[in-house]
Amino acid sequence: MLERQKMPVQEAKKRASNFDEVALGFTQEQAIEEAKRCLQCKKPSCMTGCPVEVKIPAFLKYVAEGDFDSAIKEIKIDNALPAVCGRVCPQETQCEQVCVLGKKGASVSIGRLERFVSDHERKKGVQVPEKAKPSGKKVAVVGSGPAGLTAAADLSKMGHSVTIFEALHEAGGVLIYGIPEFRLPKEIVRAEVEYVKKLGVTVLLDHVIGKIETADELLSEFDAVFLGTGAGLPVFMNIDGENLNGVYSANEFLTRVNLMKSYKFPEYDTPIKKGKRVVVVGGGNVAMDSARCALRLGASDVTIVYRRGEDEMPARAEEIEHAKEEGIIFRLLTNPVRIIGDGKNWVTHVECINMHLCEPDESGRCRPAATPGTEHKIEADVVVIAIGTSPNPLVPRTTKGLEITKHGTIVAKENGETTKKGVYAGGDAITGSATVISAMGAGKKAARAIDEYIRGK
Amino acid sequence: MSFEILDKQELVPTIYLMNIAAPRIARKAQPGQFIMLRIDENGERIPLTIADFDRKKGTITMIFQAVGKTTMQLASLGEGDEILDFIGPLGNPAHIEKVGTVILIGGGVGVAPVFPQARAFREAGNKIISIIGARSANLLLWEERMRAVSDELFITTDDGTKGHHGFVTDIVKKLLEEGTKVDRVVAIGPPVMMRAVAGVTKPFNLKTIVSLNSIMVDGTGMCGACRVLVGNETKFACVDGPEFDAHLVDFTLLMNRLAIYQPEEKMAFEKYKCEREGCKC
Ligand SMILES: Cc1cc2nc3c(=O)[nH]c(=O)nc-3n(C[C@H](O)[C@H](O)[C@H](O)COP(=O)(O)OP(=O)(O)OC[C@H]3O[C@@H](n4cnc5c(N)ncnc54)[C@H](O)[C@@H]3O)c2cc1C
Ligand SMILES: Cc1cc2nc3c(=O)[nH]c(=O)nc-3n(C[C@H](O)[C@H](O)[C@H](O)COP(=O)(O)OP(=O)(O)OC[C@H]3O[C@@H](n4cnc5c(N)ncnc54)[C@H](O)[C@@H]3O)c2cc1C
Ligand code: SF4
Ligand code: SF4
Ligand code: FES
Repeated sequence: MLERQKMPVQEAKKRASNFDEVALGFTQEQAIEEAKRCLQCKKPSCMTGCPVEVKIPAFLKYVAEGDFDSAIKEIKIDNALPAVCGRVCPQETQCEQVCVLGKKGASVSIGRLERFVSDHERKKGVQVPEKAKPSGKKVAVVGSGPAGLTAAADLSKMGHSVTIFEALHEAGGVLIYGIPEFRLPKEIVRAEVEYVKKLGVTVLLDHVIGKIETADELLSEFDAVFLGTGAGLPVFMNIDGENLNGVYSANEFLTRVNLMKSYKFPEYDTPIKKGKRVVVVGGGNVAMDSARCALRLGASDVTIVYRRGEDEMPARAEEIEHAKEEGIIFRLLTNPVRIIGDGKNWVTHVECINMHLCEPDESGRCRPAATPGTEHKIEADVVVIAIGTSPNPLVPRTTKGLEITKHGTIVAKENGETTKKGVYAGGDAITGSATVISAMGAGKKAARAIDEYIRGK
Repeated sequence: MSFEILDKQELVPTIYLMNIAAPRIARKAQPGQFIMLRIDENGERIPLTIADFDRKKGTITMIFQAVGKTTMQLASLGEGDEILDFIGPLGNPAHIEKVGTVILIGGGVGVAPVFPQARAFREAGNKIISIIGARSANLLLWEERMRAVSDELFITTDDGTKGHHGFVTDIVKKLLEEGTKVDRVVAIGPPVMMRAVAGVTKPFNLKTIVSLNSIMVDGTGMCGACRVLVGNETKFACVDGPEFDAHLVDFTLLMNRLAIYQPEEKMAFEKYKCEREGCKC
């Protein structure tokens, strides 16, 4: 059996002090070799692992033949943002987990090949597909994250006139404000947004729905509304000391670094506290990203504090591996109990307690419990809380008849239909923090349902 | 997007008025709300109160004090220039209702956000007592405008160059001790002033509202930079406020958090000055 190709990366020591992309991408030869490993299964199990069902063997066959143009066309039938997904999908729990080759050895690097062909296309100039003839119907999309962009792109291709309303000054949602440059270069997100605009979608930035206009008002101007507002409300731990200077929510920390480019301060005006000793609380992608940003800002020690074990960490395997290579310290089975200040409101330590795993909870993961008497302090001048987010209540609060759950997520059917007529929703806004590709899948389904709804109107 | 500056005036030294063409925001703006702006690609997002708005003309008026890099840079712009991002209206509108007699207190640049509230409280049928203060007479803002919407107007200056020699709180205290019947107090100004006002009205159990100027990044409830402690609960000033019950606010925390970026603010300011005036360093 052919060996799985190694992804060329920037060397760990060097990349720990810059924001350039870590993974450099396959060469043409590597891509072809890797694609040749695919067995072209009659019943390709890999496709069942992809939430948008990219025709994986078909595109891999083109790659193996060196026909990259056809490969990208094949992918784009199902996935409007392949350059993003190829980089950030948790492939090891999706498509690659169920690839038959994985059973005996290493699965095909589906994500990396997806990335390769989309990068190839971007270098050449992106092709805009044909659109259906204008329907005369108008759809408003709130939020420009993966869910909103996908719904907008699909609805536009179906012939509808689509306007995206985005609260921030740049489109892309978490792809722009959350995921750092070294993992997903912003140039790529911008190219994907440009593609959506080329499809005829109007993007209005700086428009906070619920404030400048409510969803109800949008409904009087548009035939339907799609809510792709994400899960951007930071959750704190409600422990002592969380409002000390130097304690950040991951959202604030990452927004300052990525959206506002504070890693380039003072060339860019937005400041950030560059800690020497940084503690990040959490075990997901958000925690990995925060820790690795802190390192790149110049910290000497960055510690991830996580209350479960490594196997339970929800972060992508590759990110955990990269973080370790870069020298991030992992304190597993450890949980903060309070944050300690210097008396002048600046953080100095995080007090933690050791945890042990008991029987699995309803999520299937082991529920951790504190071990009394194991309290200890970790020195810190910056602390980042990355324990999760919930949906922003701005839109639900200002929309009559839009039901939400007790977790703040919008109630919606499988096809995105909410409790309010003409209003659809998808992505993190209905599921809570999930993945890029699942948000896209939701955007796609909702686009179909909206199309049906407005054509029948 | 970009937004045109229609005009700019220097009202008093270091304090400027600017009108911005923003018809969609003007359509929705209410007293008590604010906007966030970013001047250019490299700029910071800063919050400024909507000091006035004109729905017909589609304009938003802001009044700001040049205190650091961003506000200095804003002050250097003028008619015909453009601001890259202008986002609003954000925050909750002021709670305007008929309560009887309302004392409105504006300190320094805080007079600007107090004005539309004074006008609105008056229109709602309240008796208006206004107290406006500044460090010195030449820094006093909008005296005539405030007079026009007030039944009574008091002026204080820290150095005694106009009106009462002292602080706005001296007047509030005097009025309350004299037994003036007051139903509501609204105070907007530097945190120290708002804290002092809260201290004076507390023993009288007099409902007092303040507008908190915590540091903000997005202004939409997404980052938590603006968190303040109100009645021992963490609130986000940008979406839960900016107005809160003064007697419940932890002003010490507010002031401590406002100082987070002092060294960085100084650095940015000095770099900006160097670039504008030619560097001597
Ligand atoms: C730091 C970080 C790293 C991550 N890493 C990964 C990863 O490696 N792989 C992966 O698959 N997933 C990852 N995720 C999760 C993934 O990014 C999200 O699941 C996905 O972005 C959700 O997409 P969405 O479109 O639902 O919402 P979002 O991407 O959150 O977009 C929502 C958009 O709506 C806008 N909005 C909100 N309210 C309003 C309003 N009232 N008016 C107008 N606009 C509004 C927001 O500003 C935002 O732009 C990560 C998340 C974070 C935070
Ligand atoms: C809701 C709200 C309404 C406001 N309304 C007005 C107004 O009408 N007129 C006015 O002159 N000022 C107002 N401010 C304060 C104004 O935002 C700051 O003066 C401005 O951000 C200073 O930026 P700078 O770069 O010029 O100065 P800097 O040197 O950066 O800072 C000077 C001071 O401003 C504070 N500050 C810095 N950055 C921010 C930020 N991003 N958000 C909030 N405060 C910050 C700092 O604590 C510091 O004390 C308001 C603040 C808030 C939160
Ligand atoms: S399961 Fe693996 S080997 Fe089979 S078609 Fe899919 S990628 Fe190829
Ligand atoms: S979109 Fe994600 S899950 Fe689907 S094939 Fe591509 S990398 Fe795999
Ligand atoms: S400014 Fe970000 S949450 Fe208030």
